[in-house]
Amino acid sequence: MSGVAEGSILYLDQVSVSFDGFRAINNLSLVLEPGEMRAIIGPNGAGKTTMMDIVTGKTRPDTGDVLFDGSIDLTRLDEAAIANLGIGRKFQKPTVFESHTVEDNVALALKAGRGVFQTLFHRRTPAEQSRIDEILDTIRLTARRSHPAAGLSHGQKQWLEIGMLLAQEPRLLLVDEPAAGMTDAETAETAELLKRIAEKQSVIVVEHDMTFVRQLGVKVTVLHEGSVLAEGSLDAVSANPRVVEVYLGR
Amino acid sequence: MITGFLLSGFDRRARWTVAVLAALALLVPASNLLLPEDSLLHVSTYQLTLFGKYLTYALLALSVDLVWGYCGILSLGHGAFFALGGYAMGMYLMRQIGARGVYADPLLPDFMVFLSWKELPWFWHGFDMAWFALLMVMLVPGILAFVIGWFAFRSRVTGVYLSIITQAMTYALLLAFFRNDMGFGGNNGLTDFKDILGLPIQAPATRAALFAASALTLAFAYVIASAVTASKLGKVLVAVRDAESRTRFIGYRVERYKLFVWTLSAVMAGMAGALYVPQVGIINPSEFDPSASIEAVIWVAVGGRGTLVGALVGAVVVNFGKTWFTGALPEVWLFALGGLFVGVTLFLPRGIVGLFARLRRGDAGGRTAGIPAGEAAP
Amino acid sequence: MRPIRLIAAVCVCLLSVLAASAATIADSELTGFVRALGQGDFDDTERAVAALAATGDERVAGILDRLGAGDLMVRKADGAVFVAAKAGKDVALADPVTGADAGTAPKAGVEKIKVNNRLRRAIASAVGNLTLMSPDPATRRAAAEAVLKSADPAVLPVLDKAIAAETVADVRATMQVARATAVLASDAGEADKEAALSAIAGLGTRDALSLISPYASAEGPLGDAARKAAAGIERSMLLWDAAQNVWYGLSLGSVLLLAAIGLAITFGVMGVINMAHGEMVMIGAYSTFVVQETIRAYAPSLADYALPLSLPVAFVVAGGVGILIERSIIRWLYGRPLETLLATWGVSLILQQAVRSLFGANNREVGTPGWMAGSFDVGQMQVTWPRLWIIVFALAVFLALIAALKHTPLGLQMRAVTQNRAMAASMGIRTPLVDALTFGLGSGIAGLAGVALSQIDNVSPNLGRGYIIDSFMVVVFGGVGNLWGTFVGAMTLGIANKLLEPYAGAVLGKILLLVFIILFIQKRPRGLFALKGRAVEQ
Repeated sequence: MSGVAEGSILYLDQVSVSFDGFRAINNLSLVLEPGEMRAIIGPNGAGKTTMMDIVTGKTRPDTGDVLFDGSIDLTRLDEAAIANLGIGRKFQKPTVFESHTVEDNVALALKAGRGVFQTLFHRRTPAEQSRIDEILDTIRLTARRSHPAAGLSHGQKQWLEIGMLLAQEPRLLLVDEPAAGMTDAETAETAELLKRIAEKQSVIVVEHDMTFVRQLGVKVTVLHEGSVLAEGSLDAVSANPRVVEVYLGR
Repeated sequence: MITGFLLSGFDRRARWTVAVLAALALLVPASNLLLPEDSLLHVSTYQLTLFGKYLTYALLALSVDLVWGYCGILSLGHGAFFALGGYAMGMYLMRQIGARGVYADPLLPDFMVFLSWKELPWFWHGFDMAWFALLMVMLVPGILAFVIGWFAFRSRVTGVYLSIITQAMTYALLLAFFRNDMGFGGNNGLTDFKDILGLPIQAPATRAALFAASALTLAFAYVIASAVTASKLGKVLVAVRDAESRTRFIGYRVERYKLFVWTLSAVMAGMAGALYVPQVGIINPSEFDPSASIEAVIWVAVGGRGTLVGALVGAVVVNFGKTWFTGALPEVWLFALGGLFVGVTLFLPRGIVGLFARLRRGDAGGRTAGIPAGEAAP
Repeated sequence: MRPIRLIAAVCVCLLSVLAASAATIADSELTGFVRALGQGDFDDTERAVAALAATGDERVAGILDRLGAGDLMVRKADGAVFVAAKAGKDVALADPVTGADAGTAPKAGVEKIKVNNRLRRAIASAVGNLTLMSPDPATRRAAAEAVLKSADPAVLPVLDKAIAAETVADVRATMQVARATAVLASDAGEADKEAALSAIAGLGTRDALSLISPYASAEGPLGDAARKAAAGIERSMLLWDAAQNVWYGLSLGSVLLLAAIGLAITFGVMGVINMAHGEMVMIGAYSTFVVQETIRAYAPSLADYALPLSLPVAFVVAGGVGILIERSIIRWLYGRPLETLLATWGVSLILQQAVRSLFGANNREVGTPGWMAGSFDVGQMQVTWPRLWIIVFALAVFLALIAALKHTPLGLQMRAVTQNRAMAASMGIRTPLVDALTFGLGSGIAGLAGVALSQIDNVSPNLGRGYIIDSFMVVVFGGVGNLWGTFVGAMTLGIANKLLEPYAGAVLGKILLLVFIILFIQKRPRGLFALKGRAVEQ
């Protein structure tokens, strides 16, 4: 492996994948440093979600290297193994466990043994309880802790999912459109929350909402047709004529 | 650890259920054996055996509910595990007949003599010992479930595909057990039992004991199921049911959880079959019929899936109805059963227990692992 | 007993053909020959049979027939031979030559002329000799076949004459094989025998093999030739057996295809698990029955066309029931496949019981029209017309469906709804109507399958049950949502089933296949021809 991979938290090199002849990801290369937060933008079909699928093990790339922590080959691992390495993911469409209470949702995600018998005989420790309380407090769902998650609003589900992500204590968070369906105030709060998370962990945020990306104030990668079109600050990429062309067409 | 684990299964509903089952185990045999026949409270041996059969069905329903109601695996082949447990018990009972068969062969069961077999097939050895047979009652369905599940869950066969696989499994076993050279009595199955554990199987006292055994086994299985579903593992199962891939992405190996509950459930079904056989006095390949397995699913649906007590209620109610209908209006029974399938899926997705919970308002009854919104009423 | 029946058959032909022609020798002379049958031991009788046959009289075959059947008795008093029949305590006698009544005799006064197997063979070949020169080709063929079985070298001279005179090609071919077997049994030279062997080997049939196999154990060049010939026959038989099994497999495959296409539409295209699919097939079969009974009652002259007339009826009835089910039950359950499965299972129980109440639980008889009956041979393969028709019909239905999906507006709308329901709806396609019609189409095709199945299966309320699991296996194996996959799946499973059967038996073969598919689904959960891509994952 090249020296570039060393010291990075996530390293994608020349990754390609196609579905029935359609190249969803085309020679994509991307490096994320530990503790870095990166925003990924791009029009529909640019391959943002597919990229996350590849990192989290849902989709196997046809070619290319995907390395975590500089040396761990993610293409050989399944979703659960990747999650247990410390890569957490929030989906575009918030998916929480609807018939579980808000508290149980967080408790399930809490970093703990994932073995069958470990969970069968698991007893919640006071330390775990206080961690759950802390997270519920952070995502402002303490009052709804014993309600089924199915009853939450869209924004609350987004926050619950972020809370579950926090509970996993991942080293790398992949966050797909966290601000979708949120009010402006909620969007701002979400941006603040992500910034706080990024103080300790590495984060990749996929987002359409430019206001939100601006609030994050981080390096931006623009994807187009499965590969990187531009990289840099939001202002720099907004000024890039090719990016403008892609977004506005023609 | 185990005791603590089992104690965690004793929530309010479980305490009630176990109390009712324990009372049944005590009172029904007592009324059958001690009360005079003209007493109002007397339970005849026929009724006792019939109700004992319902209890074994309830155990089967419990096992189906565990995988379907809690983990979303719709098994259309649980009848196979039930039947395998039954066959293991039947083999023990056949060996107990000894030289009292029609052909009076000290070693070979009648059907083998009839087929002019000279020696006992290897897989019949050991079944003369009760402990071995009991072990097999659990091991055979357990191992089959483990193997099928290991393949299926690892390759992520889910939903309808899994249901069809389980149906094909029981269908293949049905065809296999019909064959005489399989060594399980072919079409006629195993019957004409004489003794169980040295007691005459037809004697009222034995029947009463079998009833009590069924009730207590059911109670024990209920506590285990309750403890499993109350544990964190139980919550993971429900999580798998509601959002399987999400569960993977937070680091749970879904296939292992499925395999655990699937195998546990098969063992329970096998035990149900083992209790069923000495009470009805026969086991034959028709127990493998796919329609038998689907019927077990509808018991759970009627009672209310995702609630353990619902499985018991459903099994008893539907089978009581079946006994009544097939006696009084035999030609109407299939209409009623068919209507039940349609009606429950359309109008009563949470079953009887769900209906009562709704009627009582608010209180969803402690721990009903309810059905997610997307799956609720139309 | 077979030789006796053969002789009887040959005699009937013989007598009918020769009834009018004159006797070649006088009654009294013939009676002398007949009398010899009753004297001495089996060997004497056999010689007497040969002598009798050598007269060539057309009555001889009839007399020999009686002898073979054990009807000839000797009167102990004078040694005269009669045709005897039981008449109370006594026996009624008749003259075997003239047929005239000859009074009765006490049982103790007569003795049956005993016939052993060797004698029976001698009689058979004697009758064969008599008939090989018959003017009727059918008689000659039957006679040649009789010689083929007896392989009597004594026939050779007659046979050679007959072959020389024979004008019908395939009768001559039979005679030549018969001659070859006779040569083998004779003391002819090695070269002749080898030529005979290869003549028999040319047949390539099981009969030929059994004719040759006795010589395969012989020493020397003749044994070698026989072994080689036997091996050749076995090879050719193996090929023909395989061909026959492939044919059976194709036939089973097209039955599976018919049953599965409808399912491929409802399950593959709509994602609806219809456990009542088998009952749609059953309804189609009962529609055929009703159409047939109606025609028999009101228009018997059309009886031969009942089957084609049933097609539209079955399609409409099953399709109508399908639409009814879709509108009343399934549409409430879209997106909940497991619930759909349970509800449609309930529907299947109701439909079964309804048909049972209406038509009774017994099998109903659906006739096969005259133009569909019978069979013909292709080499050593037997092709029955009903099977051929089912294959043709299945292919026709399949191709028509493919064409309909490609070229009709409903087909276009169906594909649109399948691929993107919301988009289709927003473009003005009435998705509920398309759903109902799609389901109706799938059910209607199941009805058509029922018409075909009424020809090869029992029409009973349980008809559909037997096909539902197989049909699911076909669809899942072939790949859901792909009609060509269903086609390949049906044919593969049909042929595999029939090829396995001779080795494993019907039941075990089926179990093996089920196990194979179970394992296959584990390996390729989406079937042979799976759709790939993001849409499938959802």
